[in-house]
Amino acid sequence: MEADPEQPDRLVGFDVEIAALLARGLGRTPRFVFVGYTSIDQSVARGDADIGLSGIEDTPSRRASMAPTVPYYAFREVLSVRTADVSRFHTLADLAGRRVGTLGGTIAYDILLAGAREHGLQPVSYDDDVHPYSDLVLGRLDAVLLDHVVADRRRRIVSGFSIAPDAVAIGHYVGVLAPQNTALRAAVDDILRQSMRDGTLERIFRRWQVWNDDQPALFARVLAGVPIEPVAGTGRRTSSATDSAWGATTRYLPSLVRAAGVTILLSCLAMALAVLLGCVIASGRVYGGRLVRALLTGYVELVRGTPLLLQLFVLYYGLGEAVRLPAFLAALLGLALNYAAYESEIYRGALEAVPAGQLEAGRALGLTELQVLRLVRGPQAFRLALAPMTNDFVALLKDSSLVSVLTVVELTKQTQIFAANVGSWVVPGALCAALYLLMSIPLASLARRLERRWKAPAS
Amino acid sequence: MSAVLTLRDVRLRRGARQILAGVSLEVACGGIIAIMGPSGSGKTTLLRAIAGLERIGAGTIHVAGVTLTPARPPAATLRALHRGVGLVFQFHHLFEHLSVTMNICLAPVHAYGVRPGDAERRARELLTLLEVDHRAAAMPRELSGGEAQRVAIARALAVDPPLLMLDEPTASLDPARRAALGELLQRLAGENRTILVATHDEPFAQQWSTSMLRIEDGAIA
Repeated sequence: MEADPEQPDRLVGFDVEIAALLARGLGRTPRFVFVGYTSIDQSVARGDADIGLSGIEDTPSRRASMAPTVPYYAFREVLSVRTADVSRFHTLADLAGRRVGTLGGTIAYDILLAGAREHGLQPVSYDDDVHPYSDLVLGRLDAVLLDHVVADRRRRIVSGFSIAPDAVAIGHYVGVLAPQNTALRAAVDDILRQSMRDGTLERIFRRWQVWNDDQPALFARVLAGVPIEPVAGTGRRTSSATDSAWGATTRYLPSLVRAAGVTILLSCLAMALAVLLGCVIASGRVYGGRLVRALLTGYVELVRGTPLLLQLFVLYYGLGEAVRLPAFLAALLGLALNYAAYESEIYRGALEAVPAGQLEAGRALGLTELQVLRLVRGPQAFRLALAPMTNDFVALLKDSSLVSVLTVVELTKQTQIFAANVGSWVVPGALCAALYLLMSIPLASLARRLERRWKAPAS
Repeated sequence: MSAVLTLRDVRLRRGARQILAGVSLEVACGGIIAIMGPSGSGKTTLLRAIAGLERIGAGTIHVAGVTLTPARPPAATLRALHRGVGLVFQFHHLFEHLSVTMNICLAPVHAYGVRPGDAERRARELLTLLEVDHRAAAMPRELSGGEAQRVAIARALAVDPPLLMLDEPTASLDPARRAALGELLQRLAGENRTILVATHDEPFAQQWSTSMLRIEDGAIA
């Protein structure tokens, strides 16, 4: 589904029409509840909505933890590549060492994870199904694996890529209900079967140009009561449906620890850069001429007055046409440029808090202004700035989770993937929190030790 | 004896207030010269102008082989000035983040390129001369008022300036320490070093200075 181009606050799409169809059959009024794609199960389970519909895939784990409806649409997982690469990349095996994007928490992502083990490709997880295609065209990705419905729709809007003819796997869309909601599910299943029989579903799919030969076959099997495998064509089990929580945890723990490594690396580099830039900005604001001061003040106000998330989007996607920054570098720069503004304010305050007498003593002894800054004012200001700086470092450690929108898989993102695949936030959330604490608590205690040392006599 | 310091009609204005209203004086080499005057008479400003911390509005100052005028002095002039004139502030302004030894070594090493080992040796000599060598490793906040003053004097003497200036040095000293300071200044003053003391402590000036000047309303009385 998507926003109506003529009326952006109205949603249109075949899932919207199916929702209306179900509501009519149940004698209810459809009401739209916006939930992020990877959180639909959890949101339905806690009762935000009765039915989740939005190209939701039939998976073993969903069957185990939720009450899905009968499948109502068969889709093909298809590979999209840049038109120039059509002759090189036909299957996942052709993509060894290449970056392949998809929507996180989907069958396609599971297939890519398996492809990483078998063929050495690099899976890249996105939060939406639009940016993988723009990144493909920009060259940040070499392929995208997603439902043919999504791929076909994107190709009508974006040029420069082609869809490989062979399906990587076949999956099905279902509606999803809370596990205890089986009575409502039975009613919904009846409505779906009825609309398969009387041609209502076919009319909806034709209207949206997604009707194909796979659908009559699916409808026939559903109406005949034939059991339908959740995912066909991959020749292996792709999901963690039958895993115990413990099994899933041990399987995901290494990737969580790796993601924590990305978080700490990103945070340390970003903070180092922010401190450096912050010093330059603060010095410019304290010592610079009127123009320099005005420019730097403008920068600080711009950065502090706009959301970090927006800055990251602009840096990565907005400038994507002109400067094709790799995701990690864009994330690093985004965090560093943002935090530099905050750091510079701390340093400016600290520089101005150093008593004038200290500076005059330096000048009277023959130190140049630069030496006074480097040897007297800077070191004294640094001690004043240390406590708020540590505070900012801990904040940055957690703000680094925002860079997952740039496809960087850090700790929070990896936890989200984990939670989506096991269908629960309890264990992943607890592990994620523990890892963040393991990183932030030593940091805070290190800062306290440094503060104590610099305040104590040098002897 | 040649003059170590000559001021000709030095004027300095801060906003609407005339702080120095045409000061002219000549200080010969050697001895302790007391500049007397009530609070607000311009004593401190005079010392700051001689040390290059304030730009004068009119007149000239000849000191340490350089001439200060209302124009902004070039860097070379300032370096020569600071090498030739030491200033001890009323509140000392020791560098709070550095030990006593490092306070003394900072300028010689970084401003005048003295080797760190030589600078430390000189610092030890000065601290011994000033009888505070046992505080060499202490931080400024651990010092008593008298100790801080001696360290500040040592810091000002680190590059051996011919002119040493002290601003209200007796303000926070008890009578015993005032006498000790007087004796110390007497030891430091000699043929090659002149000491200029701005003070409103009449008895101290009477007892220890070799000559006295009075400043009132920004002019020599």
